[in-house]
Amino acid sequence: MSANVNTALPLEYQTEQNRMNILGFWIFLGAEIVLFGTLFAVFSVLNTRYAGGPTPKDLFEIKDVMVETILLLTSSFTMGLAIYEMRRHNRNGMLLWFIITILLGAGFVFMEITEFIHYVHEGATMQTSAFLSSFFVLLGTHGLHVSMGIGWASMVILQILRRGLTPVTARKTFIIGLYWHFLDVVWIFIFTFVYLARMVG
Amino acid sequence: MAKNTKGFPITHVLGFVLSLVLTFAALGVALKTSLPFKTILWIIGSLAVIQAGLQLFMFMHMNEGEDGKSNLVNIGYAFFIAVVTVGGSIWVMSFGM
Repeated sequence: MSANVNTALPLEYQTEQNRMNILGFWIFLGAEIVLFGTLFAVFSVLNTRYAGGPTPKDLFEIKDVMVETILLLTSSFTMGLAIYEMRRHNRNGMLLWFIITILLGAGFVFMEITEFIHYVHEGATMQTSAFLSSFFVLLGTHGLHVSMGIGWASMVILQILRRGLTPVTARKTFIIGLYWHFLDVVWIFIFTFVYLARMVG
Repeated sequence: MAKNTKGFPITHVLGFVLSLVLTFAALGVALKTSLPFKTILWIIGSLAVIQAGLQLFMFMHMNEGEDGKSNLVNIGYAFFIAVVTVGGSIWVMSFGM
């Protein structure tokens, strides 16, 4: 664990263990891209099978979608600032941006749950049509990832509060940062191909 | 991968502003123009890929560190598999329709 320490690098890259963990997490993200790829494939094939149920034009409210998009995009930005402050060894600045990130993420999850409840009240459930089944599975998987990210980030914050900024906690923060940015990357494609494209075509 | 980054986080702010511009550009093209559906799909699809690239390079620093090249190959390959899965599914399911 202490082998091959290079203090010229940022905290999260200083030990061999850290570098391997970060590389390993990138490989996990590769697998996540493929996971979401399969869900996008299902949605792309089934997204015009309404089975007499509501269509995207009946359901989607562009205003709510934009609010969700801006919340998640801003949270990705603030997470970037948290990592930036971490590299300046500014623990409090980092914690501040980290907490703002979690709050924005919670706002996103709240908006998404409200959106889903609204759809169900309009008679658009997972059982209604193939379009809605694939829609809820894709969006639900993403929403679940964000929710788990909030729990994960909260625990990393607790560790930083108790143990301070060390190569280990810095590595954990950097990795949750990668995860959070990745969730925004997935959302960009959901916003484009699920919402925008379906509201046009 | 500077250790002591001083001053203003210019890359992050630039990435954020560009992401916002791309998001609203996609919104405008999709809902405010009357271009053919396929044209709109290609435009907003390209904007999405550019924005994903911004996130990967400006926020996630994908190509930094000694494993930068491995990350690039790994994520590039994952995107390739995802595109083949989505494109192939659409192709095979709409074949002959």
